[in-house]
Amino acid sequence: MKSLAELQAIRDKARNQMSAREDSIENTRVLVGMATCGIAAGARPVMTALMEEITKRELPHVTVTQTGCIGICQYEPVVEVLEPGKEKVTYVNMTPEKAIRVVNDHLVNGNVVTEYTIGANAK
Amino acid sequence: MQELSLNVMDVAQNSVVAEATLIAITVAERDRSLKIEIQDNGHGMTEEQLQHVTDPFYTTRTTRKVGLGVPLFKMQAEMTGGTFEIRSKVGEGTKVTATFHTDHVDMIPIGDMESTILLLITCNPDRDFVYFRSKEEKSFTLDTRELREVLGGDVPLNAPDVTQWIKAYLQENLDSIQGGTTL
Repeated sequence: MKSLAELQAIRDKARNQMSAREDSIENTRVLVGMATCGIAAGARPVMTALMEEITKRELPHVTVTQTGCIGICQYEPVVEVLEPGKEKVTYVNMTPEKAIRVVNDHLVNGNVVTEYTIGANAK
Repeated sequence: MQELSLNVMDVAQNSVVAEATLIAITVAERDRSLKIEIQDNGHGMTEEQLQHVTDPFYTTRTTRKVGLGVPLFKMQAEMTGGTFEIRSKVGEGTKVTATFHTDHVDMIPIGDMESTILLLITCNPDRDFVYFRSKEEKSFTLDTRELREVLGGDVPLNAPDVTQWIKAYLQENLDSIQGGTTL
């Protein structure tokens, strides 16, 4: 069973990692639409996939947060990527598989996955 | 919604938007009944908002003209012969309580409630959550205030290893109260 003592060890390890981390890297924010429309369309597994892949790829400068309905319910699940000094990228009709590719291609390698963006999918 | 855990995520998002600092989620199964409760200390609602909150064509949002979250949850409870109640007071918070008859043909599964709880905690590391889950006599609680005491002020609840710990804690405890069965 998971114990609080184990959590203390995790705390100590995390503190060491944090002090070693470079503080100058600006944060990238990944927003997932989690209103009723997003959740019903499958936003939760998309968000879980994003968080797991970001953890796996060790991207401490990336934070994933939820946002409400931004009014394009027909394109949900929607994921927005906000990088400092760059234009916002809006990915639509997302799936967990697409989310993993966005983490690897966009967040790790810096290449926007154009085919998943709203620009490529708008009808 | 394909599972009730998604409704809980949806309703809890309302608590987040209402700037609640403490959100308590209860999922209690006993005999053939299920109670789901979401209570927050957010802004709360006015009498007028409360009267309209179960109307799908009422919303305080400006991005669209429908608000389906609460009406859907109400419908899913009442479809099973269960009940739905929402209480709210401005400045104090809101409590949503839904009961279900689990043996009813229209009962939808609870689903992956632990994923919902984990995401709520890790996406809102500045808020506190109390998750209580029970099945018959067995139960467990996850209170992020207790975790925060151990972690101190500098290690957030969404640090990767902490997230993994919470995930494993939820799964282990769920297994222990369910004894291998899932609804």
